[in-house]
Amino acid sequence: MFATKSVADDLAGAAPVKGRSLWADARARFLRNRAAVAGLIVLLLVAAFALIGPLIAPWNNEDIDWNVLGNVAQGGRPSLETGHWFGTDALGRDLFARTVQGTQISLLVGIVGALISVIVGTLYGAIAGYFGGRIDNVMMRIVDVLMSIPYMFVLILLLVVFGRSLLMLFIGIGLISWLDMARIARGQTLTLKGKAYIEAAVATGVRPFTIILRHIIPNLLGVVIVYATLLVPSMIIYESFISFLGLGVQEPLTSWGALINDGASEMNNGTLWMLLAPLFFFVITLFGFFFVGDGLRDALDPKDR
Amino acid sequence: MVVYIIKRLLIAIPVLLILIVSTFILMYAAPGSPFATERGIPPAVLANLQAQYGLDQPFHIQIWRYVVGVVTEFDFGPSFIYRDQDVNDLIGQGFPVTLTYGFWSFLVAVIVGGSLGILAAVRHNTWLDYLAVGVSIGAQVLPNFVLAPILVLTFTLWLGWLPGGGWQGGQWQFVILPVIALSTSFMASIARISRASMLEVLTSNYIRTARAKGLPMRRVIFRHALKPALLPVISYLGPAFVGMITGSVVIDIYFSTGGIGQFFVASALNRDYGVMMGITILLGALTIFFNLLVDVLYAWIDPKIRY
Repeated sequence: MFATKSVADDLAGAAPVKGRSLWADARARFLRNRAAVAGLIVLLLVAAFALIGPLIAPWNNEDIDWNVLGNVAQGGRPSLETGHWFGTDALGRDLFARTVQGTQISLLVGIVGALISVIVGTLYGAIAGYFGGRIDNVMMRIVDVLMSIPYMFVLILLLVVFGRSLLMLFIGIGLISWLDMARIARGQTLTLKGKAYIEAAVATGVRPFTIILRHIIPNLLGVVIVYATLLVPSMIIYESFISFLGLGVQEPLTSWGALINDGASEMNNGTLWMLLAPLFFFVITLFGFFFVGDGLRDALDPKDR
Repeated sequence: MVVYIIKRLLIAIPVLLILIVSTFILMYAAPGSPFATERGIPPAVLANLQAQYGLDQPFHIQIWRYVVGVVTEFDFGPSFIYRDQDVNDLIGQGFPVTLTYGFWSFLVAVIVGGSLGILAAVRHNTWLDYLAVGVSIGAQVLPNFVLAPILVLTFTLWLGWLPGGGWQGGQWQFVILPVIALSTSFMASIARISRASMLEVLTSNYIRTARAKGLPMRRVIFRHALKPALLPVISYLGPAFVGMITGSVVIDIYFSTGGIGQFFVASALNRDYGVMMGITILLGALTIFFNLLVDVLYAWIDPKIRY
């Protein structure tokens, strides 16, 4: 009698059980994954480098150090005394400042490209998947057609025809990046469509677009976020590829691809730092995004539980 | 099956036409002219030049002529920059080169990547598995335009084993570095995909049955597990092919191999519209055809697919 009472008292006195949401669960799983957390820290450091770098750089990214010019292999070495922490490029411009600037552009392109793809691709895929039938058929055929075009060539074509600018780069990358996302969102929507809560929404007379925005898209978010983190590095690779060909952003603006290209073309002259500095940031950022993406997938993918 | 192939071919034709027409419209809308020089050309000469190339005709006649030329005679028109050559000549020069190292890269990526992935899955959680996973993650962050300079730095400048560029009619020394640079990241992807799918297959019930019957491991892997495990790899071949075509531009520029990628970028910078369109259309057609091939192969191997 007493024993039962005390248990009941304990239960009554205990704090109410706190529910764990999907996101809290995912966060806990993500934080347990060491590689993913390390990746996240690396990404935060790179972001800090891009944001704080301009404030601490002793040189401007456009100024030429005339003391160094003509003697870059010796005078342009990375050193603390001259203030060229990463050395200078072949024209005597400070590589630290240029790498900071390139990091800004590359990250910007990666994130904006992924954002466009998330917004356009998710909406497109959700609409196609939700309405199904002929609409779905036509919409996905269009995606198939666009996918079978060697888009990099079309992007180069666009850049040549409409002039090289950051805006054109965003448009061009945005044009192609949403295709995969649309497919993924559609596939996921097809499985969501049969769920009881969607049926309930339909039965209570919610309009289709409200259902898509309020009920479908929030449930797509997990998959979309995972894919978006993996999309950022591929956008960065696209942009670097374009810049490597000399068709990306224009001087004095630069990006990782352009810096790697510059460094690679000076490789014979014993000025390896020109290649290594941008390459280092490029590689650790990609690693960071891949690990974070994998960690997010493990944390959010319901299949792996 | 035959009906399916015919149906796919019939879809490919409008896609190709859309590609041709849209690139033509893009080029037509482009500002600047291939004949523009710094000094400027007298109007009369310019008019003559434009008449020569048919650029004075109204839009619909130009596009009709171009499409008919491409479709009926496989004629991509003249190059606006290399005055004595037309687009077909340039493509004829560069394409065999691209095809040679592209073919080898594809082979290396599929065979090395596939066997690495399968081996890693079969020897799951051994040093071989870890090595394969490590290599494929490392290769993922080294796209061809990053790998190419590193390779040249190592094998040409430091070790001096292989030439850092040139083609020389495709002698093997000149092919090795381009093939490594082009194939590595795709090899890594294929290794990752085949490892994941092989792991999944190896834990499935029918493999357990096969092993329970007492079949030797070798037989289980080759007769029962390999075919289903390779299906995801096959569906990746299409995107891999597109990626390699794109990557060939980097290879051509970096190693001066003289493939069509070189002409593409040169023509992009020179506004040589004829060459740009020709190469875009050629590669588009190749991609469409290759995707068709992959789909047919997939349908042929996977008994679950009925068309």
